[in-house]
Amino acid sequence: MKVSRGRPLLFAIPLLFVLSGCDVLKLSVMNYAGPIAASQSHLYVIVGIVLVFVAGPVLLLTPLIAWHYRLSNKNSAFRPNWNFSWTLEGFIWIPPIGIVIGLGFVLWHYTHTLDPYRPIASNLPALKVQAVGLDWKWLFIYPDQRIAAVNQLFIPVGRPVHISLTSGTVMQALLIPQLAGQIYAMAGMTTQLNLAASRPGVYRGENTQFNGTGFQNEKFNVIALSPSDYDRWVEHARASAHPLDAAAYAELFRKSSPPQPIVFSSVPQRLFQNILVQSQEPR
Amino acid sequence: MSANEIKHAGLNLGDTDELTHGQAGSAVFGFWVFLMSDAVIFALLFATYGVMLPATVGGPTPASEYKILSAFLETLTLLTSSFTFGMVSVAMKHGASRRQLLSWMGVTLVLGAAFLGMELHDFTTMFGDGAYPTRSGYLSSFFALVPLHGLHVFFGSVWIIVMMVQVMTFGLDARVKINILRLSLFWHFLDIVWIAIFSVVYLQGLIR
Amino acid sequence: MMTQGIWPAVLGRFDWHALPFVRAWENPTASEIIGAGAALLVIIGAVVVVVLITRLGKWRYLWSEWLTSLDHKKIGIMYIVLAFVMLSRALIEAVLIRMQQAAAIDNAGFIAPDHFAQLFSTHGSIMIFFMAMPFLVGLINYVMPLQIGSRDVAFPLLNSISLWLTGGAAGLMMVSLVIGEFSTGGWSGYPPYTELAFSPGVGPDYWIWAVTLGSIGSTLTGINFAVTVYKMRCPGMYLMRMPLFVWTSLCTSILMIFAMPALTVATALLALDRYLGFHFFTNDLGGNMMNYANLFWLFGHPEVYILILPAFGVYSEVVSTFSTKQLYGYTSLVLATMAIALLSFTVWVHHFFTMGQNADINAVFGIATMTIGVPTGVKIYDWIWTMFRGQVRFTVPMLYSLAFMMTFVLGGFTGILLAFPPLDYLVHNTLFLVAHFHNMLIPGLLYGMLAGYHYWFPKAFGFRLNEKWGRISFACWVVGFYIAFMPLYVLGAAGVARRTQGMFDPIFRPWFYLAGVGALILVAALGALFVQLWVSIRERDANGVFAGDPWDGRGLEWSTSAPPPEYNYACIPRVHGRDPFFDAKRRDDPYAPPASYDAIELPKSSMTGPMIGVVGAATAFGLVWHMWWLTIIGVLAIIATVIARSFARHVHQIFPPDEVKRTERRWLRAVAEATPTSREVEMTSVNQGVAEVSS
Repeated sequence: MKVSRGRPLLFAIPLLFVLSGCDVLKLSVMNYAGPIAASQSHLYVIVGIVLVFVAGPVLLLTPLIAWHYRLSNKNSAFRPNWNFSWTLEGFIWIPPIGIVIGLGFVLWHYTHTLDPYRPIASNLPALKVQAVGLDWKWLFIYPDQRIAAVNQLFIPVGRPVHISLTSGTVMQALLIPQLAGQIYAMAGMTTQLNLAASRPGVYRGENTQFNGTGFQNEKFNVIALSPSDYDRWVEHARASAHPLDAAAYAELFRKSSPPQPIVFSSVPQRLFQNILVQSQEPR
Repeated sequence: MSANEIKHAGLNLGDTDELTHGQAGSAVFGFWVFLMSDAVIFALLFATYGVMLPATVGGPTPASEYKILSAFLETLTLLTSSFTFGMVSVAMKHGASRRQLLSWMGVTLVLGAAFLGMELHDFTTMFGDGAYPTRSGYLSSFFALVPLHGLHVFFGSVWIIVMMVQVMTFGLDARVKINILRLSLFWHFLDIVWIAIFSVVYLQGLIR
Repeated sequence: MMTQGIWPAVLGRFDWHALPFVRAWENPTASEIIGAGAALLVIIGAVVVVVLITRLGKWRYLWSEWLTSLDHKKIGIMYIVLAFVMLSRALIEAVLIRMQQAAAIDNAGFIAPDHFAQLFSTHGSIMIFFMAMPFLVGLINYVMPLQIGSRDVAFPLLNSISLWLTGGAAGLMMVSLVIGEFSTGGWSGYPPYTELAFSPGVGPDYWIWAVTLGSIGSTLTGINFAVTVYKMRCPGMYLMRMPLFVWTSLCTSILMIFAMPALTVATALLALDRYLGFHFFTNDLGGNMMNYANLFWLFGHPEVYILILPAFGVYSEVVSTFSTKQLYGYTSLVLATMAIALLSFTVWVHHFFTMGQNADINAVFGIATMTIGVPTGVKIYDWIWTMFRGQVRFTVPMLYSLAFMMTFVLGGFTGILLAFPPLDYLVHNTLFLVAHFHNMLIPGLLYGMLAGYHYWFPKAFGFRLNEKWGRISFACWVVGFYIAFMPLYVLGAAGVARRTQGMFDPIFRPWFYLAGVGALILVAALGALFVQLWVSIRERDANGVFAGDPWDGRGLEWSTSAPPPEYNYACIPRVHGRDPFFDAKRRDDPYAPPASYDAIELPKSSMTGPMIGVVGAATAFGLVWHMWWLTIIGVLAIIATVIARSFARHVHQIFPPDEVKRTERRWLRAVAEATPTSREVEMTSVNQGVAEVSS
């Protein structure tokens, strides 16, 4: 009796597991929310399908041949001195080379079209954002709107976003899996990332490069809003009367993980450029 | 195996001491391989130097610091010492007197010490000008590359002293001969590295 | 008290808080107590070993027969012992990492962030430099000279020095558990995080000096092995007759010679930054960390093939032996090995596609990376065609080989995905990457080393390892691997960063639990391996194979006794083909005694190796703690040792012909008395080390 009652459970556990497990992938590029991530996701599928044909034969042949030619199988052929065949040699060298050449073209094409530095074609001008990696938080500056936010990135849906990155501390890496791949942020240097959201939503962003004891807290949400909602947020931010002044600035550069996202109503001019210069000066 | 079979590149003992020549095969070949890995270290430091050359951060530059005359004299000294070490090898191969061997080694040692002296003088001058390694990335890379060569010359000189003592203690037994073969490779290698330093580093100082 | 008088000069920057026991006393959190427990374990372990050796009265034996020995076989065994010790530590650390991540979903877990960072840094550094490297160097040390019919490596003393530098460096890693702390910068030690401005403690210094000592040891090893293969082969052993394991040893050595210096330069420049205030990788005054990334991976990528190629060699030997068949496509395999070695220097940028270089550069390096897949695939097919029309025996080494072939292909699959820069952008620095390189290195290195361990153990010790426990351990290594690392692919795809001490989304929980279970299975696998060793030693008399050829072996190494005499071969063999011993067994009598024996000259034991290794580690310890007196004395002592050694003259021992003859006779008698074993029963006690030959 016990056995029969246990049986459904035995099936239920893995089933539940798979169901809840697949849930995880909704955080990944498979659940893309923008054109860049969409292309990347498609590329995954294309390359994955090609690779099934590369890995498949090995996965099939290895156990089949090992088992068929086992010592105890007296019906299998035994040619202890057979060690070469031009046909097989061609079979193992030429198709892989062909596949690599083919994939090489795919790789060249996608590496250029999905280059993070490449602006996204659009009728709308790109929204400029400057991201600064700090210990252990991200500061996002909107130079044209003269506002800023910490650990929160608001963007309008349907408009390209151009992010310039640097670090006020050690090297960091910015990743938003559902929107675009990552790029490093390094002190004294600027890197760039272009992305866009195609539907409203909240997407996880993070630093993926270990940078100390607060590293695990360095996460943020990317909040994609409709253009009108986004404009409203900008107004709201400006009205918050919480400027990024010298005191706030000093506080940001202290090693800490802010418990809540922060919004700044105004930002000093050329803040990003100043951080670039500052990080190269002697400490 | 015939006596003239070449067991390794460079000057060898095939004609005059077949027995040691046989033993020297792997020993000297091994040292060649070691020099290759040492050359990789220098190559990477040269690359680093090239990368960091623009990182002067408003401080001293190659044009302001390098004294071409001094570097030229250093080059002459080191090249001459390579010639005198060549004479050591020839003397060893053809069974010259121990005194002759030791004198050539002594001359090489003096030239090596003179080179080190001149180089140290260069460095102190640079320090006096405010060109010290902590000043900028460029100076850091200079002071990692050039003094590392100097350090090699220093250890080469210590090695010459050790070999002189060994020649006096053991005479020219097989191990002493093999070690002098290795030392000569080392000394000529330092010469080649220096030529690279002179061309890549010091000649840059002429570009103004 | 310790900041006054002469104490700062003597103790450098040491103070009581450097001891984990003091830290745990003052701040008794789970994390600190685990740290103190680990330190205690190291101390207890050391004390137990010392007491045990003293009680057994084995110090003299250990010193003269092992620690100072220049015999390549003993040095090889010591390397592998070191590898197992370090594997145990690093595997326990892996389990702690997994447990913390499984526990710390939306809470703090039991290991503090700083401690966690030390864990992943030591885990990575140990697994690469003090588990993988010693294991493969040890295996090559033992097997390669035997396979080329040589009596030793080209430079036996240098071999001992390499061993002791590696051992000293590993010792430094152990000391860092007890005194001070380790780096938190990961196994790659990326600046500027590891610079003084951001990590002022002793941690990065431990990392720098342990890795530097290890890398110097490995460079010297590479030189030694390469010269051995080029210069020490027996008559008839042409390059294209060498066993594949010798080929892969040669390629690995060449990679060591050219790649390890890049690591030495990277760590040395970082040390100059930290100790003398240079500006190579600092943020300020013109430093540039991108240069570090290039230097490190210029070493780091070839390093991957340094690790994997010897395993490829083992698989080639194992598959051919246990299929009773010539290796398919020997030339192909040699070419593929060389191609991999060469290409490994052309792909280093794929470790940082995300650093902002232009698309052309990324694409070129991406394509170069995919290209390596071709020769690697060729090798796998060559092994498949080797089994084809053979007689496959599923012994433990063969099981590892089969598991490798299937698992490694999956790693290659994700490797090609990562070679695409646009795809790499999404999973770089995530657990996907962690899963990928474990997917390459566990089958591509660990399985290979374990296959080699099972395959050559009878040769080294004269008895076979227990088959049942071997299979249990194998099953655990394979099942454990899949359960521990497949979930990481999923988590990484979902954007979970590597080196994360805590998670905030409960959605990750099932996958982390699963991975944790996998890690425990892997510990069970190691446990089973130790049980196997214990059981095998206990029943060694029943499973003895002194005659030396338990598997119907093909290469020269099987043509001498097990264990071989110190001089390996009474007479230097002469080779006529690629499978010299296998052919000789079928052509004539390979055990026919020679007409006469000559005296054999071998190097005497020397304490130079232990001296340089121990003093080297002490010098490094002085550097870590700023105890300058210790550093200066250490450097001078090393120079003095080298000079003193160059004056030593009577450094050889002679084995007189009579002794050689006696030893040889004893073995030949055992061969004559043994019953030849058929392949069906080779895994049973019937196997006495002489193969039944049917032609």
